[in-house]
Amino acid sequence: MSTDRTTLSFHVNGDPQAVAIPIHRTLLEVLRDELALTGAKKGCNTGTCGACNVLVDDVMIRSCLRLAVSVAECKVTTVEGLARNGMASAVQQAFLDAGAIQCGFCMTGMIVSASALLAQNPAPTRDEIRIAISGNLCRCSGYVKVVDAIELAASRFRQGNAAEAAAMEIRI
Amino acid sequence: MNLVNVNKVDGAVGLTMSRLEAWEKANGAAIFTEDMVLAGMLHGALALSKVAHARILGYEISAALALPGVKAVLTGDDFEPRYMGLVVKDETVLAKSKVRYIGEPVAAVAAVDAETARAAARLIEVIYEELPAVFTIEQAVAAHAPVLHEDFDSYFKIYDASTRRTPNELALSTLRRGDIVQGFAESDVILDQVYETSAQYHAYLEPAAALASVDGRGKVTVWSSTQSVFRTQANVHESLGIPMAKIRAVSPRVGGGFGGKSEAMVQPIAVALAMKTGRPVRIALSREEDMTAMRSRHPVRTRIRTGAKRDGTFVARAIETWFDGGAYADDTAAVMNFALFFGTGPYRFDHVDLVGHAVYTNKLRAGAFRGFGNPQVTFASECQIDDLAAELGIDPVDLRLKNLVHAGDRWIGGQVVATSGLEECIEKVATASRWRDRAAKPVEAPDGKRRGLGIALTAHISGFLSTSAIVRLAEDGSVSLNTGAVDLGQGSDTALAQMCAAGLGLTVDAVNVVAADTDASPYNSGTNASRVTYMVGRAIGQATDVVREKMFKLAADMLECNLADLELRPGGFIGVEGTDHSVSFAQIAAKSIWFADGGGPVIGTGSVMHNEPLDPKHTLLAGFLSFDNVGALTFGAQVVDVEIDETTGKVDVVEAWCAHDVGRAINPGAVEGQIQGGFVQGLGYALTEEMVWDGGRLTNPSFKHYKIPSSLDVPYAIHAMIVEVADPLHPFGAKGIGEPPLIGAAAAIPNAIAAAAGARVRKLPVTPERMLRALRFGADGVDV
Repeated sequence: MSTDRTTLSFHVNGDPQAVAIPIHRTLLEVLRDELALTGAKKGCNTGTCGACNVLVDDVMIRSCLRLAVSVAECKVTTVEGLARNGMASAVQQAFLDAGAIQCGFCMTGMIVSASALLAQNPAPTRDEIRIAISGNLCRCSGYVKVVDAIELAASRFRQGNAAEAAAMEIRI
Repeated sequence: MNLVNVNKVDGAVGLTMSRLEAWEKANGAAIFTEDMVLAGMLHGALALSKVAHARILGYEISAALALPGVKAVLTGDDFEPRYMGLVVKDETVLAKSKVRYIGEPVAAVAAVDAETARAAARLIEVIYEELPAVFTIEQAVAAHAPVLHEDFDSYFKIYDASTRRTPNELALSTLRRGDIVQGFAESDVILDQVYETSAQYHAYLEPAAALASVDGRGKVTVWSSTQSVFRTQANVHESLGIPMAKIRAVSPRVGGGFGGKSEAMVQPIAVALAMKTGRPVRIALSREEDMTAMRSRHPVRTRIRTGAKRDGTFVARAIETWFDGGAYADDTAAVMNFALFFGTGPYRFDHVDLVGHAVYTNKLRAGAFRGFGNPQVTFASECQIDDLAAELGIDPVDLRLKNLVHAGDRWIGGQVVATSGLEECIEKVATASRWRDRAAKPVEAPDGKRRGLGIALTAHISGFLSTSAIVRLAEDGSVSLNTGAVDLGQGSDTALAQMCAAGLGLTVDAVNVVAADTDASPYNSGTNASRVTYMVGRAIGQATDVVREKMFKLAADMLECNLADLELRPGGFIGVEGTDHSVSFAQIAAKSIWFADGGGPVIGTGSVMHNEPLDPKHTLLAGFLSFDNVGALTFGAQVVDVEIDETTGKVDVVEAWCAHDVGRAINPGAVEGQIQGGFVQGLGYALTEEMVWDGGRLTNPSFKHYKIPSSLDVPYAIHAMIVEVADPLHPFGAKGIGEPPLIGAAAAIPNAIAAAAGARVRKLPVTPERMLRALRFGADGVDV
């Protein structure tokens, strides 16, 4: 156990944050324990399950494997930052509409992965979707409705229905 | 009284709806146990046994206590010998005087943060006198084997264990019908094989966690990831001796259970630490701790014999099965008995002889897990039926159809099969998979691959144990629904709300689903046994009937008409038939609450226990638990298409068709989710998931080394097909669907593999190594 501490400054979901932490804290621990952002989950703490996925400067990472000090001055987006003014993002809405969510423990990480995918590739194939979420373990769904949900989000996004696109802009 | 048939109301039942709590789960706001923080909260950590079997001679805890920030250390010495358990009470809150498996909690620490608590736990030294250990069934029952539980005879049990023969056996049960010797004598063909299954880990994504707090009156509240707040309350009471009146068990959101969170583990430890320190204490297991210390599915070895006539008529079925229960009994005797209960599968046999053994070994306890013993025996049974079909030269579907149990037949215990949609299930999966076309003209596999279809049928139940519900009319005409049932994520809160709404002609929005809380909820034994939609649904039906009757009486007064002229109208109204006169539920509520002749608040309760005694004249039972309340039989059929790589031995499931008779789908989309998710958990069980012990040490306690299916391991299409044959006892005809999809996968996949490979693997999971051996030698597995 190191007792060295540091002050970490970064942006989380658009807000500037500064927290005094021991230097060995992971980003997941800081988000959950210091900032009370408990949407990212500790499913394995070894980078295998994906329940802790967040975006750092728009790149998806495992927050349990990332030392918090390494994200200094970075822009971190957690699942809590995807909705705007209480309105679901396109991906979140599609997960609701497709009935993809069961226990929900893996779903916050899953939705972050799906959001990162669609930001880079708004028209993924089913294979590309399966690959994109292959690092997110889910024990409830069998992934079928999860893949359906991501396809649904992509198709809505592509259709570009003006009102819907405005309401469901993929925010990252 | 002219109550409308609610099945015909354009109501909430039968509608696919998003889960009530889906939005909070999508935006990160859903609170699971480890997300909770109380003022002054301490963090708990466990010290786990490093030896498999030993006497505890003492503890060295001074270094742990000296660590700054440590507030308490507890060991087995701090507790009276008090025991908990569902069918055998053999477990203490922490190991007491002995340890029986590597990973057993031996001590616990509370400290100001999780890091300090874990560091302190590592500093605890336990002084052991090691004992010889048993890790296999053979070792456990060998003459002069070391005994795990010397006091077994004195433990409280809910079944007769006197039939057992050796000290490490915890149950020996038999079910017999007809004359097995005569049955085999009358058979033209007899197959006799051994099938084995491995320990499967539940792998709920949320590891076990509990938060306990004690108030100024000494009353304990424990929030935890549990399948039953009432079992948690009972476990804390039994293991710590706290009166139940001083224990409140609550559950926040639960991140999956699958049986593994039925009985307690961390909860009494968190409570003990909270009582010792006077501060709230939260324990959240790491994934490795959860895999090492919670529970698994039973590894099972089954010798199975099936006798049939040359024309395919089944005559005799004998099973001798051995369940490895691990170091503590947990639900083991019940799980093994349940396997016997499904020993015939959904087939007619005149002569049946089913024997089950369950033993203690020095490994992680095995317990309830989706399917509850049924997947192990169904794997053996369905595989042998396919081998029999090959032997007889009869198509596997035809052989099954010829021998099916039908509605009106009696099950192995004598219970009458009330309804069955099994033939329709078979028809659906056979048609959709083009079974007959493929049998005539198999699909060509690319070079180096083998391709094949396999089928399996499932029989299961939904039911067991007692349940209640309270429905109360609120001032605005909405209702609160309080059942004590915990939603593990499968969607029961939503399905229960739909049934309550439909029972009263309301929308789901008008139903307030109350969280399970032992201080406030009526009793519910737990979220197990595919029982919540079925059993709680029945209790809700009773409760809404009472509410409706009370409201009708008030409405008759208010509308000055005869009860017989009243009708329930959608949206919360009761009206006079043929007129536009009506009163709203809100007006009725006001009458009941504020007026002297209102009769008091409108509250309806329901209380249910399935009671259908097994018939000892039909089937001889010995050493068997009371299964008089098993519930409704449920049936399903699955076909899977697999492709095997001849070089690597890897099996891919290409497509799956799963048809299940659910009585009636309350929330069809959620039923599909159960079928797909259950199938995939069964796919993992069939192909990759195996807890491997080296002696007493679990070698693969991580998601890196224990592989549950990822999105790349599942078929592109898992066709969930819903068959609806209404159950006569359920207000909407519904039955449960939680477990059957897994059971089917564990048998259909091996059958497809055998069809594709022309070689039978008789052990799950069918790993590439086992597959390659089977391809090389024609079969893989142990012989009789």
